[in-house]
Amino acid sequence: MKKHGALRVIYLVLIIIFLYAPIFTLMVLSFNEGKSMGKWTGFSLRWYASMFSDEEIMEALGNTVFIALVSALVSTVIGTAVCIALPRMNKKIRDAFLALNNIPLLNADIVTGLSLMLAFVAFGVSLSMGTVILSHITFCIPYVILSVRPRVKQLGNTGYEAALDLGATPGQALFKVILPEIRPGITAGFLMAFTMSVDDFIVTHFTRGAGVNTLSTLIYGQVRIGIRPTVYALSTIVFVTVLIVLVLANVFQGKGARARQGKRI
Amino acid sequence: MGKALIELKNITKSYDGVTVLDDFNLTVNENEFITLLGPSGCGKTTTLRIIGGFEKPDEGRVFFEGQDITELPPNKRNLNTVFQKYALFPHMNIEENIAFGLKISKKSKDYIRDKIDYALKLVNLDGFGKRSIDSLSGGQQQRIAIARAIVNEPKLLLLDEPLGALDLKLRQEMQYELIRLKNELGITFIYVTHDQEEALTMSDKVVVMNQGYIQQMGTPENIYNEPENAFVATFIGDSNIVPGTMVKDRLVNILGADFPCVDEGFGENKPVDVVIRPEDVIFRAPGEGRIDGEVSHIIFKGMHYEMEAMAGGFEWLIQGTKPYEVGEKISIDVDPFNIQIMNKPESEDEEAIKFDE
Repeated sequence: MKKHGALRVIYLVLIIIFLYAPIFTLMVLSFNEGKSMGKWTGFSLRWYASMFSDEEIMEALGNTVFIALVSALVSTVIGTAVCIALPRMNKKIRDAFLALNNIPLLNADIVTGLSLMLAFVAFGVSLSMGTVILSHITFCIPYVILSVRPRVKQLGNTGYEAALDLGATPGQALFKVILPEIRPGITAGFLMAFTMSVDDFIVTHFTRGAGVNTLSTLIYGQVRIGIRPTVYALSTIVFVTVLIVLVLANVFQGKGARARQGKRI
Repeated sequence: MGKALIELKNITKSYDGVTVLDDFNLTVNENEFITLLGPSGCGKTTTLRIIGGFEKPDEGRVFFEGQDITELPPNKRNLNTVFQKYALFPHMNIEENIAFGLKISKKSKDYIRDKIDYALKLVNLDGFGKRSIDSLSGGQQQRIAIARAIVNEPKLLLLDEPLGALDLKLRQEMQYELIRLKNELGITFIYVTHDQEEALTMSDKVVVMNQGYIQQMGTPENIYNEPENAFVATFIGDSNIVPGTMVKDRLVNILGADFPCVDEGFGENKPVDVVIRPEDVIFRAPGEGRIDGEVSHIIFKGMHYEMEAMAGGFEWLIQGTKPYEVGEKISIDVDPFNIQIMNKPESEDEEAIKFDE
């Protein structure tokens, strides 16, 4: 094992370079003084400044956060409710339901986006911010279910039965025992849904109404006209935000996993 | 002994077409420690869950102090359960766990405080209140689960194999603890286990169950010394079940030899099954006992030796404190009081019960 040590390090470094060099380039260029795509002319925050003073970008940022918050919130509520209901379902229906849940996860975004748009148009719903939120809720729910379900399974039915046994109504058992027990899963699911929503371009692109822009659709639009370094600054901020949220989600799930191990002892 | 607290009347319950309880009847009196004992799948846990309200019987009614509670949800019943896997709430500390039921029923802060202190003392975990559930051992968790149940002052405590996950030493300690608790609190315990030693040690009354039927009900001594059928005889401890003939009252013929016994009323020259516990078989010198034979196996078990001996064409299981050589000639005798006579199973159905576990 030992003599392959150097090889292993080289391999790891190569992989990291391939994965992160492009993003690193983008981040470096976002601090570049000049407009050049390749030449470093000095450190500057001017693109960040011009980004924050750009009303279009600020509006898109507001839209992105709003859409992500609402759709993450709604999909978390729906997804958690599904997870709590699943164990009480007949096994065959439950298996079928879980299989259906996996399809949107694997489905190509372009198909999801296109079919959602067609569905909205066919049913006479005019495209707007509302349709974007509805679409985001749709593709976020499976992620919430994936994140909450393991916690519900681990809790089993005994916690609920113990609460009833001690005099709690089913409602009290839900709010005082079940929800607090599965909270790490719910938090992780919410954060996951939030990043998925912020991250999305294709579905938003197809389902947004005229004039509604999120960061991703705005960047896409600007790139077509010609790249300005404000876009680098914007992309850097999006990347860092998503990174932070994903780390948080992992921390929450890790906490849950540790608590689980503790209990087994 | 007291008046009836719980009555199960004609309870039938099946899951996916498999009948777990069939026309089951049971009365539990106030202030009784009653144990439902049987192999897994015998219906004992289902019985407990029906009393707790977690399952509804397909047919039959459940009465609590004469009131029909069959349709009452678990949170409206004046009883508490100690679950097999403790089912403590890990997101709460020990105090919060114990206080859960009291907070639900909106008791005053002072009352809850007193109750927590009292309950922690009762289960010998004084001062543990602020600790987390994860920091407790299995035995301590189980005691907290008991504390959490009894602070609500239930009239009836249901215990579903609560000691199953504990090691032997701790289990024995907890058995004494439970007996003490029951005597101090004066509430009725219904205890479910598959461990015959646990059942015999703790209970006032043991209900031996198999395949959804009650096989025998009685005091621990009664169940052990006078098993009514082969299932009970083999499930509770080890037994020699030997075919015999009841010659007349107080005399039974086993494998060609006459043994005096104390049983009456079986008729004359009637075929019966005879139950003799391994520790009740006495070895005498060859020719001095009732059936001659020789020792064929011996194993050291710690408290005693377990031996097998061929005598009269039957392989006897014997427990004794004195070792014998394999091949040593001996003669078997049994004290009249230690012979238990059972009717032969009359139908194949009854026969099936004893072998099908």
